[in-house]
Amino acid sequence: MKRLAVVAMALVCGVTAVLADTDPIAERRALMKHDGAAAKTLFGMMKGSAPFDLATVKESLATLNEGATKSAALFPDNSKTGGGTAALPAIWENKADFEARFAKFIKDVQAAQAGVTDEATFKQFAPAIFKNCGGCHELYKAKSG
Amino acid sequence: MKRIGLILAVLVVALAAAAWALSAPKPRYTADEWQALGLTGDAAAGRLVFFAGGCESCHKSPGQDDPLRLGGGLELKTPFGSFYPPNLSSDPADGIGAWRPVDLANALLSGVSRDGQHLYPAFPFTSYQRMAPKDVADLAAFLRTLPAIKGRAPKNALPFPLSIRRAVGLWKLLYFDNSGLPPDPEQSAQWNRGRYLVDGPGHCGECHTPRNFLGAMDESRALAGAQMPDGHGKSGNLRGGDFLNWTNADIVEALTSGFTPAGDVLGSGMTAVVRNLAELPQSDRQAIAVYLKSLPPLGPPAPAKP
Repeated sequence: MKRLAVVAMALVCGVTAVLADTDPIAERRALMKHDGAAAKTLFGMMKGSAPFDLATVKESLATLNEGATKSAALFPDNSKTGGGTAALPAIWENKADFEARFAKFIKDVQAAQAGVTDEATFKQFAPAIFKNCGGCHELYKAKSG
Repeated sequence: MKRIGLILAVLVVALAAAAWALSAPKPRYTADEWQALGLTGDAAAGRLVFFAGGCESCHKSPGQDDPLRLGGGLELKTPFGSFYPPNLSSDPADGIGAWRPVDLANALLSGVSRDGQHLYPAFPFTSYQRMAPKDVADLAAFLRTLPAIKGRAPKNALPFPLSIRRAVGLWKLLYFDNSGLPPDPEQSAQWNRGRYLVDGPGHCGECHTPRNFLGAMDESRALAGAQMPDGHGKSGNLRGGDFLNWTNADIVEALTSGFTPAGDVLGSGMTAVVRNLAELPQSDRQAIAVYLKSLPPLGPPAPAKP
């Protein structure tokens, strides 16, 4: 009986894990949350409210690159609603523009990854990255109070 | 029996006549009254009024990025139907190039068009009525300097009886607060400036204040967050929730760059608001922060930080 319970529990855990893995809404929301934390770190350094640290910058840029690259593929047609998503239907009505914006964002992040070597180069590359955020959030994300 | 019919008929006619009289558009100024104010518009100052008022958010020609091309025509979806903000460019035929400053004043301050008709409150004259006449004169001077754009916006798509503009007159009787915004002498100049920007030209309440079923703002819950008119999402509560944890500097930053303390970026309609407010002097965004932070908290408390 005990054994059965363990097997059942393992099955439940496994199934939940699989479900979580294939839920694009939950997945992209989690990625965006990481992106937000990374963006916040970078933004603070750009503004001078946090001290510049090259290792942290590299790490944050890597987070943004991974997040954006993965997220771009996480807007399939069956993920328009539910799961607390703030994604607007406009995404699927303008899919080409939406994907082009992701591509541009990734390009700007990767340019920074290649080009940032110190504080001066960071301040040179960072603004271009941040310019991307508002564009998508204006057109493709609902207000969330 | 015949007599009752006659009385009823007279009553109906009398009521209709009363409704017609009561719903008449009432412009704030006659041409002479406006003239008597002796205002000269300053286009450079008007540019700041233009961005404080967020005119371009709705009147900019869609599908391009220049905020000064005001061809109009962007669809504004609301529970009442679709509105298409008109051409505000200096084109004399399709835009408002032929308007006198007093015409702009009556549109902004009393919701009455140049040809004496009611404007729908999708155009936020409900907030703009608090604007100072000098700001209106400056804005008129600035709008004159903008390029003329040809073409008119599509007609509003509204169901009967909302399609009758005169109905707006009855709505105004119920809900139009036509009292301007006298400064509060108890408060600092900075606070008064902040309140003016928020409640007047900035028209923050148009999205952040909940509305009743007739679309009138519920002033008892002013700025406490509301369902967005297009049905997508909610506007933030500026008197509660996580916003209470924002510092003045956080508010100024969010209104300058769009970045919030959480590392998010203000999206949806706020992107244009930020784009516009970023054009104002820093002191104006600081004044907005001071005013917003002075509002009595309303709504559920902020969740505890993990």
